[in-house]
Amino acid sequence: MMRNPHRTQRIAFFLLLTATLLIVVPVGYILLVIIQKGLPAISWQFIFDIPRHGMKAGGIFPAIVGTIYLVSGAIAFALPIGLLGAVYLSEYSRDNILTRIIKLAIVNLSGVPSVVYGLFGLALFVVFFKFGASILSGSLTLGIMILPIIITTSREALESVPQSFREVSLSLGASKWQTIRNIVLPNAVPGILTGTILGLGRAAGETAPILFTVAAFYLPQLPGSIFDQAMALPYHLYVISTQVPNVDEKIRYGTAFVLLALVLFMNLVAIIIRYRFRKRKKW
Amino acid sequence: MVKLEIKNANAWFGHAHVLKNATLDVEEHEILSVIGPSNSGKTTFLRMLNRLNDLNPNYKMEGTVNLDGGNINRIGVELLRKKIGMVFALPLPLPLSIFENVAYGVRMHGTRDKNKIENVVEEALKQGYLWDEVKDRLGESAFKLSGGQQQRLCIARTLAVEPDVILFDEPCSGLDPISTAKVEDAMVKLKEKYTIVLVTNNVKQAARVGDRTAFFLSGELIEIDSTDKMFTVPKDKRTDGYIRGKFG
Repeated sequence: MMRNPHRTQRIAFFLLLTATLLIVVPVGYILLVIIQKGLPAISWQFIFDIPRHGMKAGGIFPAIVGTIYLVSGAIAFALPIGLLGAVYLSEYSRDNILTRIIKLAIVNLSGVPSVVYGLFGLALFVVFFKFGASILSGSLTLGIMILPIIITTSREALESVPQSFREVSLSLGASKWQTIRNIVLPNAVPGILTGTILGLGRAAGETAPILFTVAAFYLPQLPGSIFDQAMALPYHLYVISTQVPNVDEKIRYGTAFVLLALVLFMNLVAIIIRYRFRKRKKW
Repeated sequence: MVKLEIKNANAWFGHAHVLKNATLDVEEHEILSVIGPSNSGKTTFLRMLNRLNDLNPNYKMEGTVNLDGGNINRIGVELLRKKIGMVFALPLPLPLSIFENVAYGVRMHGTRDKNKIENVVEEALKQGYLWDEVKDRLGESAFKLSGGQQQRLCIARTLAVEPDVILFDEPCSGLDPISTAKVEDAMVKLKEKYTIVLVTNNVKQAARVGDRTAFFLSGELIEIDSTDKMFTVPKDKRTDGYIRGKFG
């Protein structure tokens, strides 16, 4: 039998489309449900009030603030260290078995379950450094969790800058650091920001790492310093969904909606910055 | 006067012995053409002179190369590359504007004075025969220029750091005949001020612009002589064969 190119073409198209729909439809449905059930809960009071009546009423302001603090802290810690590490690994380290093992280990670290990071943070920051359960401990724990993501994506971004740019810059007598600073880094910024976006989303959404290191079950006031405990949206969502009976569905979905919106908003900021850098890119 | 003195230079990439015991001089204010088939070691030879081969961790070199009598390994690699500029096979503008491409090297060597940089850029673009074509669009991306213009931009960029020697690595391999002629004209005028080493796949180009010509084959320097002599009475029959197009 002759193979009919039109039919194989159609089968391939059908398979590809199905796979895409299998990805898009569930995500779209989840978003739809959260928006549908969560949006009615959103009000000025829900966002800017503290939780009341055993979290069955009132707002979620402390949890929003707590999550913003934690994510900012985690990025402030992980981005500079991760970026510098990535520059070293991609530009300076020699390509030998040791550095290959290190690179592989870093990639694998991003697959470690988040609860392990939580336990590590508890042992190191809370207990050993005596930071206690605090925003500092939580931020550092989240920061360590997202370091592998930031290092790996930054390294890939740096390595995707064409070698010829480096050669041209060096051939003009620029030093290695001048080449990295003026040619390699500016062209790697979009990729580095992609890593930051991924890390940011992960830091905002994880519950386990903050469970032991910072999260408060119920804290009706805002944290005063980085050594205070704080509420956080993912943990708050867990609490009102499983630990407190009879919380209105509206509040639960409203909290999920706010968490989602917060992450999307932070991503949006990073995407806009990335877009501006891409537009500046002239090749 | 001898500008570059190469003595018993050997080069390896891993186990491949790509340059075998090359000994030759490059005279000041001459164009030395380096010809030979692919894999003859001519690009390795060129990149040895400004130590760009050093970027490859598998590269190993023995022998000496002297610039104005001083060993290139002792000059300091940034200063060496400032003195020995390079124009690559493909036009490789940096992802910057036309102006910034030329200003880049000057800035990297510490010049901050805006007026001075502007003067240097204008002067370099004039020497690269590009000024009239770009003077009204210096802020545009260098990637908007045509291939030939980009290559002349790369020449101007090299001139801006005021080198003594310019290495051309098959600079016309991606260019049309008219752009090639412009680049060749530029080279001939540049030799008044600079010393030029031109690696080329194009034997006719070597005959047109080279004062002397060196022929490499499989990493060995077969023959070096004045271009006129080499193209009329070559000493080695392999040179003769290559020049006449019997192989290569």
